[in-house]
Amino acid sequence: MKEIVIISGKGGTGKTSITASFAVLGGNNIVVADCDVDAADMHLLMQPDFAQSEDFYSGELAVIDQDKCTQCGDCANVCRFGAIPVIDGQYIVDALSCEGCGYCARICPTEAITNIDLNVGKWYVSTVKTGSVMVHAKLGVGADNSGKLVAKVKNEAKQIATDTKKDYIIVDGSPGIGCPVVSSISGANFVVLVTEPSVSGLHDLRRVYQLVKKFKIKAGCIINKSDINNEVSKEIENFLEKEDIVHISSLPYDETFTEAMTEGKTIVEYDKSKLYNSIVESWEKVQLLANK
Amino acid sequence: MNIAIASGKGGTGKTTVSTNLAALFAESQKVVLSDLDVEEPNSGLFIRAELVHEENKFKMIPKWEKDNCSLCGICQDVCNYHAVIQLGTKIMVFPELCHSCYACSELCPQEALPMLPKKMGVLRHFNQDNLSFIESRLDVGEEQAVPLIAQTIQYVKDNFSDNIIKIYDAPPGTSCPVIEATKDADFVILVTEPTPFGLHDLKLAVETMKELKIDFSVIINRYGIGNDDVLEYCNTEDIPVLAKIPNDRRIAELYSSGSLIYDQHSEVRKQLESIKDYILQINQSSIR
Repeated sequence: MKEIVIISGKGGTGKTSITASFAVLGGNNIVVADCDVDAADMHLLMQPDFAQSEDFYSGELAVIDQDKCTQCGDCANVCRFGAIPVIDGQYIVDALSCEGCGYCARICPTEAITNIDLNVGKWYVSTVKTGSVMVHAKLGVGADNSGKLVAKVKNEAKQIATDTKKDYIIVDGSPGIGCPVVSSISGANFVVLVTEPSVSGLHDLRRVYQLVKKFKIKAGCIINKSDINNEVSKEIENFLEKEDIVHISSLPYDETFTEAMTEGKTIVEYDKSKLYNSIVESWEKVQLLANK
Repeated sequence: MNIAIASGKGGTGKTTVSTNLAALFAESQKVVLSDLDVEEPNSGLFIRAELVHEENKFKMIPKWEKDNCSLCGICQDVCNYHAVIQLGTKIMVFPELCHSCYACSELCPQEALPMLPKKMGVLRHFNQDNLSFIESRLDVGEEQAVPLIAQTIQYVKDNFSDNIIKIYDAPPGTSCPVIEATKDADFVILVTEPTPFGLHDLKLAVETMKELKIDFSVIINRYGIGNDDVLEYCNTEDIPVLAKIPNDRRIAELYSSGSLIYDQHSEVRKQLESIKDYILQINQSSIR
């Protein structure tokens, strides 16, 4: 079983559209994991049935029992996050600022503070329109995306893929270079970088690849919207060559991607023309590379 | 006046709006642009300005002083992040897991875990006529964006007076980095695109802003592509749509080469002018 993770550094490069296309082409031979849990979109193309769902708890929140509080202020003094302001004469925990370190509860002389477990979202195991299984999640608004929910989604997908003897897990990773991305790529067999030929696309590709390198994972790259700027496209190709990243394919700027999305379809279901062939070829290459 | 430019979905045009809006303001008044997308800061690719100040940014991490340690285990017990672990006769610290809460350090009876600074990124300050541009970049391998975002906002607060217009380019999503970047804003502009992904993520961003109780409105970018669902949603929810930036390949081309668009595309300029007027209006009423 091979784990293929698709990431992009920059948002809006077409990562999810391409991932979902691979997932459709992979048919029943794959398990899909949507690890872009903060603003997860892949379900809009895969139509999961949300058959099983479970709450996810991660981190804690301090709560002050006002009846026990003697207003000594020790809690506010030790809090490095400024999370315990005085409101109307009472020490109140600001849930958005509290990092759940538990320091305040430990030093409160009257034991007025308890830590409660935080529900940060839900995760689901679904069957999608192709008949394959998808593990996905919804992070609660403003929740701490520490990477733990990402790890949960991925591990669950791994377990299912092992149990049902599937060949691949296809993972839609998150943008950026922080905790959720680290969780998405750790343990992967192959990373697909989706980029676009803009100064931002190249800049973000360079940064996220530094991260991939730290994990010593093989990578390939798809240059989406490649004809929007031939000069930067060439620069990206040079970068790939220098870093020994496989140039999987270049896809043209094509609004058919958006048309397909508007109908809730992946590009490979919507359009059987040139773009279809390029994506099928890309998927075949990715499978070969992941098995190398 | 603090205006944050945010979006649920990445790649909808936050940076385009932030940089071009700042440049438009700078034609007639002082303005501060601050890139808070510290994981992947892009605004600087579009701003030509002179570097006037640079400083490393640090987070505080405990360092084990072996000779003072009595191996009592309190540090491990009090760390909620498993960043301090006792292994036999050794205390291990995992800096990437540490939230700098100081509990282990201050509750250690032997003072064997002093807090020391560890570099997490760099802040740079650039000037060009009316425009001041502040950018922070997180070092690759550092996992937590929030402390750097907080320190960047603090830098802007310390160095510029309240009445200057300040534009913050926020990170994508709705989780902790976005909260940090928007929670102290006077006003948030959500940039979206008229597609199912755009609408889905806009709804999440709207929920977040409601939770934070911050005033917000919407800009629809790439208007003309996709469908009308975003517009209908905004109408139903009574969310003001400040501007509609047209879907035009030329805009994507200009952006791709690192160019600003506000002075090269009349329709974009018109849309940006209306955003600017709106901001000036709320600025006026907030002063009153």
